[in-house]
Amino acid sequence: MCLGIPGEVVSLDAERPGMATVNVGGARRQVNVMLIEDEGVGPGDWVLIHVGFALAKIDEEEARLTLSYLEEMGQTYRDELRALAESRID
Amino acid sequence: MPMRYVDEYRDREKAQALAAKIATLCEPGRRYGLMEICGGHTHTIYKHGIEDYLPEAVQLVHGPGCPVCVIPMGRVDDAIWIAEQEGVILTSFGDLLRVPGGRGSFLDAKARGSDIRMVYSPLDSLRIARENPDRRVVFMAIGFETTTPSTAMTVLRAAAEGLDNFSVFCNHVTIIPALQAILASPDIHIDGFIGPGHVSTVIGCEPYRFIAEERGRPFVVAGFEPLDILQSIQMLLLQLHEGRSEVENQYTRVVPWEGNQRALQAIDEVMEPRPTFEWRGLGWIPDSAMQVREKYARFDAERIFTLPANRVADPPACQCGEVLRGTIKPWECRVFGTACTPETPIGTCMVSSEGACAAYYNFGRFTRLRVRQASSA
Repeated sequence: MCLGIPGEVVSLDAERPGMATVNVGGARRQVNVMLIEDEGVGPGDWVLIHVGFALAKIDEEEARLTLSYLEEMGQTYRDELRALAESRID
Repeated sequence: MPMRYVDEYRDREKAQALAAKIATLCEPGRRYGLMEICGGHTHTIYKHGIEDYLPEAVQLVHGPGCPVCVIPMGRVDDAIWIAEQEGVILTSFGDLLRVPGGRGSFLDAKARGSDIRMVYSPLDSLRIARENPDRRVVFMAIGFETTTPSTAMTVLRAAAEGLDNFSVFCNHVTIIPALQAILASPDIHIDGFIGPGHVSTVIGCEPYRFIAEERGRPFVVAGFEPLDILQSIQMLLLQLHEGRSEVENQYTRVVPWEGNQRALQAIDEVMEPRPTFEWRGLGWIPDSAMQVREKYARFDAERIFTLPANRVADPPACQCGEVLRGTIKPWECRVFGTACTPETPIGTCMVSSEGACAAYYNFGRFTRLRVRQASSA
């Protein structure tokens, strides 16, 4: 719940404003990007996702750094990724 | 030049160089108590043995920034009571499932037949509400300012859709009043704070100003890599050495000084501070949690249900309170690693992987063992 997970925006959802398809650890997930719309968000941007919402834009190096931190957390990160995989938000 | 790649944040030589700087900043005979507020930082500190790099004079004190750890047993019981009501589906982050209340955990309640479902996002709960129009879906909302905006956004969405079978049991807490309470405790000695990374993404750095300026404690918002923590400690000691007390941002890669205004607006639209809220270990703290505003009353489980709201004392053997206030270290607790382990937790600090006890149990004890063996060899 407390983990911020990095993902790369693939596309903005044309039919559902504020939603985007994001590549998270190799899987495509729906993420709400409304909270970072002021900064402008689009395909290729990296974002930090908390419980289904992108809270900050980050750069690619920071994304890599955060991923390595998360991978070191082991089971906690795997649990969060599994929860994310089972998540269906729209 | 700013550091960038993973290897640079793990570089042993850089860590040792920072450690050497930290050592030179320590004044002879002075002791420094630095509190890391966030459970994520506690995790990094134990995982990477940060304390091994620090001089004896610098003591890291683990703070209350693990939302699972600070939830009082009475609120867990209230949530279970909600789950037991006719037609209710209670949804919760997985982190909470094993947290013990006075009548057991969510998992125990599930085993007794309650419909409690794990979700990744509050938006998942919204979907469950849509798919089950004849059920009442209650989301167990917990967390600091990192998760509060998500709950607020979800309530706004439910309102827009007119989804009246959805509500939230709001347990969101706010970090600043907790820090005020800690600073007011006479038995806690803190010279400076390693500030939370993700919470600050939302609230920014400005709200910490009173801690630096009025309470005279330097405050450095920090990232989660080992070198981030060491650098933040160096920044704190430099401030103390130079007699300054300011808010500084070490984690500029992610945290904007002004925070996330949209997130703050969403919170403010849906929620307001509660007059008071109970924290495990810290007791009742004024204005330290959020409640749903009257305007969104139909999405507020506390207004929909008449909760028992029984207060439940922590088990007598459990010393989570002292761990959360930083007055004892995890291994100083009477039941640490014996009666209380991650498999059979008595206290919340052992449940969450970011809790100080679980982090220490999983990683720290090996470090200490190594240090002890080295010093006795």
